Amino acid sequence: MARFIVRRVLGAIPVLFGLSIILFLFLRLLPGDPAVAILGQHATPELTAQIHATLGLDRPLYVQYLNYMGQLLQGNFGSSFVDGRAVTATFALRFPVTVELTLGALAFAVGLGIPLGRLAARHPNSWIDGLVTVISLLGISIPIFVLGYTLVFVFAVQLHWLPALGPSDPRLNVPSVTHFPIFDAILTGQPRAVLDSFTHLILPAIALGSIPLAIITRITRASVIDVNNEDYVRTARAKGLKSRRVDDRHIMRNAWLPVITVIGLQVGSLLAGAVLTETVFGWPGVGSWVVTSIQNHDYIVVQSLILIFAVIFLVVNLVVDIGYAFLNPRIRYS
Amino acid sequence: MAAQTTSFVIDLPERASRGLWRDALGRLTRNRPAMLGLAFIALFVFTAVFAPLIAPFDPAVGNIAASKQPPSWQHLMGTDLLGRDEFSRVVYGARVSLVVGVVAVFFGLVVGISLGALAGGMGGRVDTVLMRVTDVLLAVPGILLAIGIVAWLGQGQVQIMLAVGIAYAPMFARLLRGSLLGLKEADFATAARSEGATPTRILLRHLMPNALTPLIVAATLAMATAIIDVAGLGFLGLGPGDPRVAEWGEMLTDSARFLQSAPYLILFPGIAIVVSAIGFNLLGDGLRESIDPRLKR
Repeated sequence: MARFIVRRVLGAIPVLFGLSIILFLFLRLLPGDPAVAILGQHATPELTAQIHATLGLDRPLYVQYLNYMGQLLQGNFGSSFVDGRAVTATFALRFPVTVELTLGALAFAVGLGIPLGRLAARHPNSWIDGLVTVISLLGISIPIFVLGYTLVFVFAVQLHWLPALGPSDPRLNVPSVTHFPIFDAILTGQPRAVLDSFTHLILPAIALGSIPLAIITRITRASVIDVNNEDYVRTARAKGLKSRRVDDRHIMRNAWLPVITVIGLQVGSLLAGAVLTETVFGWPGVGSWVVTSIQNHDYIVVQSLILIFAVIFLVVNLVVDIGYAFLNPRIRYS
Repeated sequence: MAAQTTSFVIDLPERASRGLWRDALGRLTRNRPAMLGLAFIALFVFTAVFAPLIAPFDPAVGNIAASKQPPSWQHLMGTDLLGRDEFSRVVYGARVSLVVGVVAVFFGLVVGISLGALAGGMGGRVDTVLMRVTDVLLAVPGILLAIGIVAWLGQGQVQIMLAVGIAYAPMFARLLRGSLLGLKEADFATAARSEGATPTRILLRHLMPNALTPLIVAATLAMATAIIDVAGLGFLGLGPGDPRVAEWGEMLTDSARFLQSAPYLILFPGIAIVVSAIGFNLLGDGLRESIDPRLKR
C-alpha cells in the first residue's frame, strides 16, 4: 500500500510541473500586455517599460519561468494588481466559503444520488426508473445559473421560504473567525445564527449539486445493475440470503468502486460550478473572486486561481485513487 | 467498444459493415427518447437557420418606452429593459449558440483526433508525452480552462469557439487513444499486419473507422455541454461582447436584476438553453445505445 501511495504521489508531480509551464506560457505568449492592463489609458512607453522591469517581463523567458517557479515554491502566488494584496491572503479568507458551498453541494448530490440510483436499479425499466432517468437528464441539461435563478424565484421571491443572497444574514453580525460561515455561526452559540447559515446554504447547494447528482445517480444505477448480473449475486440469492443482506454485503460493496471514482471526479466540476453559483447567489468565495478578477483584468489572480483549482483537483483525485486502492486490493497490485 | 461487432465481419465485409450501420440506424429510430432529442435539435437548428423569417422584430432595436413589458400577443415573451422583443432575441440567440457550439466541438474534435491518433497510433514516447499533456489539461475543469482562455484572448465569438474547443480536445484525444489501443490487438488489425500493411495504412484504414464511433457519441454529448458552457461564459460577462448580438447567457445576466419584476426575461432564454441541451443529451445517449446495443438494459 505504501509503495502504491508513493508511486501515485510521484506521478502527480510531473503533471503539476507541466501545468505550471503551460499556465506560464499562457500568460506570457498570448496577446495582451499586463502593463497595459494595469495602466489602461495612462500607458506611455516609459511607464510600460517601468512596469515590465518591476514584473521582470524584460528578462529572457526561461529566467522569468525560473523566477516564477521559485516564487511558487515559496508559496508566493503574486499579488493582485487591483488591491495589491497577496493572492494567498485573500484566498485564505475566501476559500472556506467555497469549501462550505462545495461540501454542501456534494452532500446533496451523494445523499440523494446514491439512493436514487439504487432505487432505479432495483426496478429497471419501471416508471420509477423512468422518473430517475428524467431527473438525471434535467440535472445535466439545466445550467447552474438557470437552475439557481429558478430556485431563487420560486423559494425566495414567491414563497419566501429560503433566503437568496449570501452565506448568512449580515444583520446577525456573526464575527468571522474560521471564515466558514456555518462554523462561525456555531461559534456564536446562537441557534438562530446556526439555522440562518444552514438555510442560506440550501439553495446554492442544490443549484451547484445538480450536475454531480445527475452523474452520481446514473453511475450508481449502472454499477448496481452490473453487479446485480454477477454470478456471485445470483448464488447469494439462491442460497436464500435476505434481499437486504445481498444488497449491502454483495452488491453495494462492489458497486461502490466506480461510484467513488466518479465522486472524486466531480470535485473539478464543483469548483468550476462554484464560479457560476457564487455569482448567482452573491457568495464571497473563490469562485466569485475569479469573476471579479476577470472583470478587473487582474490576470495574476486569475492565473493563480486556475493553478490552485487544478492542484486541488489533482490532490482530491489522488486521495480518491488511494482510497480506491484501499477498498479494492486488485488495483494495489496491478 | 465497437470492436466486438466487427469480429463477424469475415465473409462479406462490405455488406456486413453496411448492415452494422443500418442496424444502428434502425435501433436509433425506434429509440423514442432519442427521437424526441432529435426533434428538439431540429427545432433548435430550424430556429437558428430561419431566424430572420421567424423573428417578428429586429433583435437589436428596441423602444425604451416599451421597456420590460410582460408577455402579450404582440411580444410573445415580453420586452427587455431596452424595450427589445424578447422572442426575437431568443430566436436570434439560437444562431450564436448553434454556430459557436458546432464550431467549438468541431475544433475540439480536430485537435483531439489528431492528438489521440498520434498517441494511440505511434505509441511509445510520443504517446507518453502527449498523454502527460492531456493529463495536465484535464486537471483544469473544462469551463474554468475556457474562462481562462477567453479572459486572455479577449471577448468575441471566435475566442469563445477556441476556448471551448481547446477545453474539450483532451477528452476526445483520451477517448480515441483508448479505443485505438484496444483495437490494435483485435484480430482484424493482426490480419492486416500479417498481410504486410504499413502502420499508417492500418491506422487510417482499419483502426480509425472503428475507433471513431465512440467519438460520434462523445461529440453529440459535448454539443449539450458546449451550449451550456457558451451560455455560462456569456453569463459571466465573457460572451461575444457585442451588444447587437443576442446571446442566451448574456440575456440572462442582463435580466437577473429584474428577477422579481420581470421573471419571464430569465425564464425564456433559460428554457431555450435547457431544451437544446436536452436535445443533444437525449440523442447522444440514444446513439450510444444504438451503436452498442449491449449498453441498453
